[in-house]
Order: sequence, then structure tokens, then C-alpha cells
Amino acid sequence: MRAPDGSIRAPYQAFAGWLDRTPADRIAQKREEAERAFHRVGITFAVYGEESGSERLIPFDLVPRIISGDEWKVLDRGLRQRVQALNAFLYDIYHDQAILKAGVVPAERVLGNAQYRAEMQGMDVPGGIYAHIAGVDIVRAGAGEFYVLEDNLRVPSGVSYMLENRKMMMRLFPELFATQRIRPVQHYPDVLLANLYGLAPAGEERPTVAVLTPGAHNSAYFEHAFLAQQMGVELVEGPDLFVQNETVFMRTTHGPQRVHVIYRRVDDDYLDPLAFRPDSMLGVPGLFGAYRAGRVTLANAIGTGVADDKSIYPYVPEMVRFYLSEEPVLANVPTFLLHKKEDCDYTLAHLSELVVKETHGAGGYGMLIGPCATAAELEAFRQRILAAPAKYIAQPTLALSTCPTFVESGLAPRHVDLRPYVLSGKTTNLVPGGLTRVALREGSLVVNSSQGGGTKDTWVLAN
Amino acid sequence: MLCRTANELFWMSRHIERAENTARMLDVTYRMSLLPYEVIEPGLAWAEPWAVPLITSGLATEYYERYPVLSAENVLRFMILDATNPSSIFCCLRAARESARSVRGAITSEMYEDMNSAWLEVRGCDYARLESSGVSEFLDWVKMRSHLFRGVTVGTLLRDDAFHFIRLGTHLERADNTARILDVKYHTLLPSAADVGGAVDYYQWGALLRSVSGFEAYRKIYSDVITPRRVAELLILREDMPRSLHACMNFIHETLEHLCDEHTREIERASGELHAKLHYGRTDDIIKLGLHEYLMDFLERISALGDEISRHFLVPA
Repeated sequence: MRAPDGSIRAPYQAFAGWLDRTPADRIAQKREEAERAFHRVGITFAVYGEESGSERLIPFDLVPRIISGDEWKVLDRGLRQRVQALNAFLYDIYHDQAILKAGVVPAERVLGNAQYRAEMQGMDVPGGIYAHIAGVDIVRAGAGEFYVLEDNLRVPSGVSYMLENRKMMMRLFPELFATQRIRPVQHYPDVLLANLYGLAPAGEERPTVAVLTPGAHNSAYFEHAFLAQQMGVELVEGPDLFVQNETVFMRTTHGPQRVHVIYRRVDDDYLDPLAFRPDSMLGVPGLFGAYRAGRVTLANAIGTGVADDKSIYPYVPEMVRFYLSEEPVLANVPTFLLHKKEDCDYTLAHLSELVVKETHGAGGYGMLIGPCATAAELEAFRQRILAAPAKYIAQPTLALSTCPTFVESGLAPRHVDLRPYVLSGKTTNLVPGGLTRVALREGSLVVNSSQGGGTKDTWVLAN
Repeated sequence: MLCRTANELFWMSRHIERAENTARMLDVTYRMSLLPYEVIEPGLAWAEPWAVPLITSGLATEYYERYPVLSAENVLRFMILDATNPSSIFCCLRAARESARSVRGAITSEMYEDMNSAWLEVRGCDYARLESSGVSEFLDWVKMRSHLFRGVTVGTLLRDDAFHFIRLGTHLERADNTARILDVKYHTLLPSAADVGGAVDYYQWGALLRSVSGFEAYRKIYSDVITPRRVAELLILREDMPRSLHACMNFIHETLEHLCDEHTREIERASGELHAKLHYGRTDDIIKLGLHEYLMDFLERISALGDEISRHFLVPA
């Protein structure tokens, strides 16, 4: 919210004035109101490793994260560019592999990657698009400097919180929206639905779209149900679908009904027990065969994980140059690849200054935050790195931007990141905003909801 | 509509209806237990008001496995709060909420929020709280939540298949419950002909009527003393009585006419047959056959109808 000299940054000025004028007890009352409403609406997520069926609220913070119109212009351009390059990369590696032949990305990092799906090699997908829905994690460090932390191209979640947070803020503080020009985000489900319809196998006049969920015990179940409802399409589980003659049907009270497009929120491995993990109870036997035959479209495509893997991430700026012949608008965080000897040596020598992540990890699990770790934790992690260096990457800790956040002692700065959602199909679309996640513990850089992170509404101001 | 969705909606509404009926039964039992009544032959079920809800719901065996003695507190714990009794109000609301959660896209957000807030309230309830806030108040609350949910459903839900399966679940459950209440009272209330017309008899028939919101209706229609014959007529054949078997079958048959197509004509026929028996039935014939026999036959048919609905619409092979 503040510039390094302590002054309030321009996009926050109107809000800061409002905050000054608003009595603390009114804000406290609104916080309680928000909490009750989230409970009642059931905007919860399930926590793995806890008693089954346990549901928690993701803490919601009332102070919005505000982005100026000019900052958003840069983000919007950079995000489109980056996702376009990533889709071109996916098309390429599953077809001619020009980028591997050119030696821009080492072939073994791709072909030997657990997320690379040989089954997809040579297969055409509608429009040549693989990552229809991408959630790109971005941090801001210093004025106008945005870095991409991670590209999420598999089944990125969180967009329902973006929408529910906005709804909550408009309900709690309508006066803020009346006096400022905050760009709307609530049309996201419509944009998503139009995108999904556009993916239907050719010749389908009125395609049927469905959202495939692993079920009510999945941590993101609320979101799956929410999106299906907002789009007005069926929310299906694996056993609701079956495949006959390479065609997917759902079991309805009026008999089988064909499905053309599946927005699947089930991981590749579990989609089809005949093609992938045979023990999967979440998938649909024969789904991959129907997909390969072009009788059904999956969004996202199978095999996108190879492009958002942490060991591929360092090459994304090169992909932008290679496929688009443009300079990347959004920078990567400098990354050390520990399978390279010099990077590994450097990392081990500077362990207490770096963040070390597993290349295949997600959700903030299995990572080391050097500056916050104890000597014993550093040593334990050093041993893990030495045992399998190729499993890790390291990055410097950035001076991440903070945003004022309500904590027990009142308002205090906490680190935030931002996940905007990029929808690719016949056109590329994104709504102005995204999910802002906040690390609620003082000094913490981990924003993942599974690790005690919270969320905020994200305002993009109209110019 | 997806079969799984239809199944969850059907059971969601059955569980809410069951919670409501359990609350009704317990409320009446609770009120009766406060009246001075004579224990004519100790140990006889009819003389022990707290045995009635156990017999009606067919749970006496399960109860005695968990609780050694019959007491108000134990029955209330068992029927309201016991998380191991799948028919307790707690379990019914939990099951209804789980169903709603698993198909929340098929119902309106108002419906889900209403159901979820009911669950959040009952989840935090224990016996001490039940006692301090008042048992009758709690049971009224359960009834009100059921009314509220039905109202929200009628007021917000599109008249699509979701609505039809919800309505089907509600009325199948209600028909089953009304028949059970009527049947058990028939046994427990009239142990011997000598008691007919006595004070206990009067209060107990009155209680039965109250448990299905029929006391005031009875007075309005008959303006006369309560007789078993009229109670049977009111709760079986009168279609203007919303909890009667006839009224339930009106809803069920109408809904099935909507839902059935050429593959499911047999279900429509079976429900039509059952509906016709009520629509054209006569009280005299019921009494001649025997109320208990009549109700047993009805329970069997309604349960078979439920099985057919399940087999064709909800969990097809």
C-alpha cells in the first residue's frame, strides 16, 4: 500500500482515506458479518490429512489489494503473452518438438518429465490449445516490477474465491464501490462458459458441457460446484459418466445424454483407469479413447503439467522469444536448477538466503524458506538436496510487496501474491483481477491456504 | 438430470421430512408425558409414552442395545442427538446437508444456505443445551426449519426435475410416516375395548392428531368427539388434509406423471393404482378389512413404489 518513502501509493489513496474515517468498531462488526456469511454460504475447503470431511474457512481479509489501471495494463499484456507462449510450447512438444531440436529447452527435461504424456504425442486438440484455463501466480517487488512465481496449467483453483470475495465486499461496503471505479470481475463464469462451448468437437450445434469433480471430499469441491452452478451446467463425478463407441455419456433420469466438453478438475493420472492409473475410482474408463478420437474435449488438455513444472519454469522467457519473437513483459524470478552443479553448489553455500522448492511440489508443501528456517531445518534440507539435487530448484527471497491486513493487533503489513486467470480458446480473455492470497503470519512468505494463508478482494481500478 | 443428483435430492428431502416427523412424534410424546396418566398395567407399551416413538419408528431394538432403561432423557438423546442412530434428528439433518452439499449446483443458493445454517446450529447442540433451551422449543425449531426449507424450495427452485424429485422424496417419506403413526397408535392406544372412550383414550387420539397437525382440522371438519374411525378417515382418505395418505399420493402420482416416459410406464401405473385406492376408497371398507391390515398393505406398496423409483431413476444398474 505504501511506497518505500512511506507515502500512500496512488491506487490506495481513496481507500486509505475511507479507512481513516471509518470507526474501528464498524469494521470489526463487518468482519464478523463476513465470517458468518462465509460459514452460512459454505465457502469452505477441505483440509487433507485431517479428519475426513473437515471443512475450514479460508480467512478473508477486508482490506482489498488495489492495482492501478496502468499496472493492470502491463499485467494483462504480459499474461496473455506468457500463456500464449506456454500453449505454443505444449503444442510444439506434443508435435514437432522444434524447441527441443533447437536446444532452447533441454529435451531430457521435457521427455523425461513425469508430467510429459507420451500418449498425447502427435494428437491434435481443438484449436491447438492445451491450457484453456491458466492461473499465473504473480508477485510484485518494487515499483511496477512484477515477477511470475509459478504458471498453473493443470487444474488451477481459487477463482471462486475471487468471485465470492468481490460479492462479499460489495455487500459489506457498497459505498466504496459507489465512490471508486473498480472494474468488475463477476462475468468470469460467462466468459468461461463461452470459452468451453467454443471447444466442442466440430459440427456440434448445441454442445453439452459438464464440470468433472473428484467429489465432495476434494479440497476444491466448493469451487467445482460453484462454477457448475454459475455456468448452469451439470457437475459430474466419474461414475456419472460412461463411454460407448468412443462417445461420452452421462447417466440421467431420462437415459444417457451425450457430453461434448468436460471442464475437468480431476488430475491427469486419475482421468481414465484404462489409460492412466488403473486404481483410479474418480475417472471414466475409456475417456482417453473418446478424447483421442476427438469425440469429446477436455479442458485443460492432458499433459499440460509438463509446462508448469518448476524445472521447466526457468525456460518460459525463452519460450516467449522462441515462439512469439517478443521480449517477455513479465520477468521470471531468478531460479537455480539444482541438477546443474554450479547452481547446486551456490545454493548449498547460500541456503539460509534462498527458497528451495521441489520441482513437482505444489500447495506450499515440501519447501524450505531459508531466512525463516532454524539451523537444524537447514541441515535436514541440505541432506535432502544432496540425496537428490535434481528434485529441487532454488530462488532468492524477493522483497515481496505487502498489503495492510487485519491481524490480532490491528492493521499490519503482510505479504501478498496475485493469481489472475487467463482463459484461452478461440480468443484469449481475462477478467481484470484475480485471487489475492495473503500470508497471515508475520514475515511469512507462504500464501497457500493449506498453510494458513488468507485471501483478499483484488481491485483493478479503471483509468 | 443426473441419476446421482436425483438420488441425492430425493434423499435430502426424505431426511428433512423424517427429521420433521421425528420431531412431531417426540413433541407429542413429550407433551403426553407431562399429563397425569394412569399406568394401568406397568410394562405395557401403550402405558409408557416414551416407548411410542421407538415403536413407531421401528427402533426399539436399537434403543435397548444402547440404553438399558426407558426414560425421557434416554429417548430424547437417542432420537435427537445420537450420532450412531441414523434416524436421529442429528443424523437426518447431517445426511440432508451432505446430500445438499454434494449437489449444491442443482439447488438454489438460498436452499443450500438455509440447509447449511440449520446444520451448523444442530451440530453445536448437546443435551445440556437442549434441556436449558427447552425440549419443545427445540422440536418446534426442527419443524420450523423443515417448513422453512420447503418454503425456500417452493419459492426459489425452478420447476425442473430437481423440484420433482425433491417433492417425490418429501411425500413418499410423509406417507410412510403418517401410516406408521396411525398403525402404531392403533395397537398401542387400544389395548382393550373397555378403555375406549376413556380419558386416556381421548388424550391419546388427540395426541396422535396433533402429531400430524390434524387436531384443529379434525375439530373444523367434524365438530364432534374424536373417534378412531374419523381419525382414520381424516388421515387416510381426506385429500384436503395435507399429511393424509391421499394427499401424499396426489403429489406422488402427479409428479410421476411428469417424470415417467415410455420406459417407466409401469411405475406410473403402480402409483396410479395406489392413488386410485385412496381416491375411491371408503372408510367402511378400511374398517371392515381392519385398519392395521390396510396400513400394512399400504406400507408395503409405498415401499415397493419407492424401490421402483430408485431402480429406474436414481440408481439404475
